[in-house]
Amino acid sequence: MLFYVVRRLLLAVPTVFGVALLTFLLFNEFGPDPVRTALGQHASPAAIANLRHQWGLDESLLEQFGGFLRQITSFDYGRSFVTGEDLGTQLRSGALVSLSVTAPPFIVGTALNIAIALFITRHRDGVVDRAARVLFVAGMSVSALVYVLILQYGLAYKLGWFPISGYASGLSALPYLGLPWLLLVLIAMGPDIRLYRTIFLDEAQADYVRTARSKGATESAVWGRHVLANAWMPIITNTVTNIPFLILGSFLMERFFSIPGIGSLTIDALGRGDLPVLKAVTILGALALVLFNLLSDLLYASVDPRVQLR
Amino acid sequence: MRLCLVVLALFALIAVGGYGHLLPSGEIAVGGSQESPRWHAPTLLGTDILGRSVLYRILSGAQTAVTIGFATMALAIPFGTVLGLVAGWFGGWIDALVTWLYSVVVSIPDILLITAISYALGRGMVSMCVALAATSWVGVMRLVRGEVLRHKSRDYVVAAQAYGASDARILLRQILPNVMHVAIVVSSLVLVGAIKGEVILTYLGLGVQDGASWGLLIAGASQDLANDIWAPLLGTVTAMFLLIYSLSVVADALRDALDPKLR
Repeated sequence: MLFYVVRRLLLAVPTVFGVALLTFLLFNEFGPDPVRTALGQHASPAAIANLRHQWGLDESLLEQFGGFLRQITSFDYGRSFVTGEDLGTQLRSGALVSLSVTAPPFIVGTALNIAIALFITRHRDGVVDRAARVLFVAGMSVSALVYVLILQYGLAYKLGWFPISGYASGLSALPYLGLPWLLLVLIAMGPDIRLYRTIFLDEAQADYVRTARSKGATESAVWGRHVLANAWMPIITNTVTNIPFLILGSFLMERFFSIPGIGSLTIDALGRGDLPVLKAVTILGALALVLFNLLSDLLYASVDPRVQLR
Repeated sequence: MRLCLVVLALFALIAVGGYGHLLPSGEIAVGGSQESPRWHAPTLLGTDILGRSVLYRILSGAQTAVTIGFATMALAIPFGTVLGLVAGWFGGWIDALVTWLYSVVVSIPDILLITAISYALGRGMVSMCVALAATSWVGVMRLVRGEVLRHKSRDYVVAAQAYGASDARILLRQILPNVMHVAIVVSSLVLVGAIKGEVILTYLGLGVQDGASWGLLIAGASQDLANDIWAPLLGTVTAMFLLIYSLSVVADALRDALDPKLR
């Protein structure tokens, strides 16, 4: 077990190095010059040289890349070009805000979608199942943007149930979060239920289900105890690997409702050419993805005794 | 299903028509500012704030969407297929390199990689297609590589090797036809993903900057909504729905017909 974890972590090193290299090249080499973005077209050469030196962009690419690698290993991402704030604090508070938007609907939505998927798979090819299938394909064909627009217009602007946009710290954020929560639950329904339905359908055709039926197990026992118990594994894998995306936040919701999470931070940084922010978010997102993938494999192994970690 | 194919043909026609300059332009004024809809082709869905026809703008948005969808597919599918073929067939350091590239790309959350690439290449159609393709080749690569590994030791491949066929010949003439179905199924998914992605990215300000895009139309329509003007939103949503729904139905049918095991 320990050997496996160490091996996986070592295997992740070249991957993370590749991510760092790609990120660095995209932003520092191929991207537009952040100094120009900050100072505009009519800046004097002296001012440009000065700022370039201040931001450490006058060093050779190799030195800059070395600095970036040091930042990654020490988890100290320096300061934002634009606000001068320490990125560690900025990212931590951003991540918390993003999580407050994405985590509750993720938990509620996952539970709800599993229940719905179990129900429609149990009554598969019935009226409900067929209607649900058409409805979900149709629902997924409408861009997420449209749901946001219509609900914001209807529930916030017309009915006044929610504030139109904004955010507050602490518990007073709740009224602002209601609508994004509702929307995230709604938008995840189509793809999630489809996925869970496929998972359940796979299990429902397995031999052990026929055995359970033939020994006289009731339908609810077949579905609740047998199918669900076996379907947990793919569900857990899917859920755990999604956690990094919760921390990254929903770019769409944060933009729409002016919520100051990681998504807004990234989009703002993009407009201002704030390279430290962009690079830190990308590399941390990748690190989180790698770690949670490992975690999901470990969980998989601990739930299923047949899985051998090598 | 048949209806969906008709819809898709219609969209293809719109796109081709757009490039043949057969579509009326969405950039010139056809009437006053924000006219309401009436039975007359240019103002069927009213006009926008600059007096441009909303209907025509939706049509050129369709042209943009179809273009980006196909361009992304044309970049991602051959790239992923070739890498998958080569990695699966040669193994060794080539496989290690391709797998490394794959793991790097899947380790960066899609939205971040797309923003990074569109930042680096500047905003616009080309960088958008490259960015979308950069995140979508990985699926094809993984599946094709897996299929190649399965086929590698089959009799027909061994026979081809025995009569002295070159690597390239075996890959292109023997193995490729047998793994092609994977590429076809994934293409349809890439197409749907790219069209949906374009709209959202453009809306977020990361995509197409000028010209017509459904993302820009929706951004405009959201302001109109505050003045109780529904036609632009309704029109854009209907057009998007028709295209994406038809594509999804065809994609599902393709998958069921060619390889039901793929998800």
